Amino acid sequence: MKLICLGFAVTLTAMLASAQNITGAGATFPYPIYSQWFSEFKKTHGSVQINYQSLGSGAGIRQLEAGTVDFGASDKPMTDEEIGKQKVKPLHFPTVMGGVVPIYNLPGYSGDVKFSSQALAGIFLGTISKWNDPILLKDNPGLPDKNIVVVHRSDGSGTTFVFSDFLAKVSPEWKSKCGASASIKWPVGLGAKGSEGVTGLVKQTPFSVSYVELIFATQNKIGYGSVKNAAGNFIKADINSVSAAASGAAKSMPADYRVSIANAGGKDSYPISTFTWLLIPSTIADGNKKKALIEFLHWMLKDGQKMAGALGYAPLPPSVIAMVDKSIAQVQ
Amino acid sequence: MATSAKSASFTAVRKSVQMGDEAARLVTLVFAGGILLITLLVVAVLWDHSSLALNKFGFRFFTSQNWDPNSDEFGALPFVYGTLMTSFLALLIAVPLGVGAAIFLAELAPPKISSILTFLVELLAAVPSVIYGLLAIFTLVPFMRDTVEPALQSTLGFLPFFQGQIFGVGYLTAGVILAIMTFPFIISISREALLAVPREQREAALALGATQWESTFDIVLPNARLGIIGSIFLGLARALGETMAVTMVIGNDPSIKASLFAPGYTIAAVIANEFAEASGNLHLSALVALSFVLFLLTMVINGAARLMIMATSRKGA
Repeated sequence: MKLICLGFAVTLTAMLASAQNITGAGATFPYPIYSQWFSEFKKTHGSVQINYQSLGSGAGIRQLEAGTVDFGASDKPMTDEEIGKQKVKPLHFPTVMGGVVPIYNLPGYSGDVKFSSQALAGIFLGTISKWNDPILLKDNPGLPDKNIVVVHRSDGSGTTFVFSDFLAKVSPEWKSKCGASASIKWPVGLGAKGSEGVTGLVKQTPFSVSYVELIFATQNKIGYGSVKNAAGNFIKADINSVSAAASGAAKSMPADYRVSIANAGGKDSYPISTFTWLLIPSTIADGNKKKALIEFLHWMLKDGQKMAGALGYAPLPPSVIAMVDKSIAQVQ
Repeated sequence: MATSAKSASFTAVRKSVQMGDEAARLVTLVFAGGILLITLLVVAVLWDHSSLALNKFGFRFFTSQNWDPNSDEFGALPFVYGTLMTSFLALLIAVPLGVGAAIFLAELAPPKISSILTFLVELLAAVPSVIYGLLAIFTLVPFMRDTVEPALQSTLGFLPFFQGQIFGVGYLTAGVILAIMTFPFIISISREALLAVPREQREAALALGATQWESTFDIVLPNARLGIIGSIFLGLARALGETMAVTMVIGNDPSIKASLFAPGYTIAAVIANEFAEASGNLHLSALVALSFVLFLLTMVINGAARLMIMATSRKGA
């Protein structure tokens, strides 16, 4: 018995010594692709084991600040204040992109609802309270004379940040009343926890409207509406129209990638699109960890991007990949 | 010689027994002290982590209705109101039903039926709350929206509680699901309390010419009141702290409205919803302060229960 124990302990220590363990925590939205990336990366780079906990963007930033993880991940760029609190300045690396889509439950109405930005802001501000409001009717003749039931996320969420960031860009009233944040003081509506909760409540409530991530809608085969972009076209979200938003924003991309691509220019851009970021400390003391993370970033931009589409994420456009690849050298 | 040896060994045994007693006393004392220690630790940790928010807002934290993480304004009142209102509605429904069912099971039902029903009640008490939440979303919410709430509105719609838009989720639905969840606790413990009343009491009442109902209502119920009150407060404790099922059906809107059809929010629900993605230290601290409020609320209610039990037992004695 003792021998077995000893043998086990020896193997365990050997395993721990040979494997490079890296831990990260943060956003839940990219979790499916991150977990696939980390397991694929381990297959080709056997000694590197990356563990990722999808605790939410805010929790990822706090854990990074506390030093309990090697890297964080977030659906929204860190604010200057948040960066100021970190002992080591984190770098933002965009990984993939997603979109947020409007979903609704309209019994007896067939066809996709077209939402102008004015209509979306009005609905979520509570100033548009009926489906047959002239602003909605203009683009969607035949909507019923029913009260709109607004459903929103009750938990703090990157999805809410992306959605409210878009509304803040298109509506001055939204910007001053509600702003852009993971948790909003909603003027109207019912709150539900998580994408599942929101979808469940919309399915259960006739004449309701809400928003979920594009990948969640496609995976669960939920119909969604199209949204009018800055160029004035109604665009239905898909991998191509989300990637187009990044191409539209690439020209004015800041060097630290902390950028919102909501309401991006370009005639095919889906307006409620976003990057999701890995937050990597700019200096990593442990040489092995640094080497592994840098290796992973290069791999993610090359091989990793090819896996994005199959899981419903929009890959980074080539222009952005080239920029990010150069920025990896900033990790010291 | 032999006897003195015997008595010596006897005292040795006695001594070791005494030492064993002493050790048991000390060990159990340490365990009991652990309760105090845990309570103090909880208070200290809650106090420490909530101080940021409580220092900033002071008493305003308890009176403000504004909960706006985006502009760092936090007020607890809508959550306190929602917690108390849903628990009150739950007890309003569950107490008469639960105590009534317990009386039937303990006093009136044939033993076979009683044992089957008791088994089912205990099964219900063990169902995890998220299951009740799912049940509520898929069956209770549409039922409330399409049947119960329109009926209430058309009959009692002149009262402010039953006015406004009907969503299906809101205070009333949360109260009903909490009632369903607390109901098994109240039945199960009240039934035990009723069964613990000595048979002779009932027989004496019946022998003096009381009807079955008079014996139950005037003799058995007053004798079992401590257990019944205990069951109600246990149910209340579950209702106050219930998180998953409530957050799924209350609508999660931090505002105070007179209508029971309106969406609301509870303390436990907002903590579960916002903790993981809290936007900053003040937001986190405000959430901890809310849990401190919930802790105080349960303390006050438990204290009130003690006082009530003390008052009624003195009157009874």
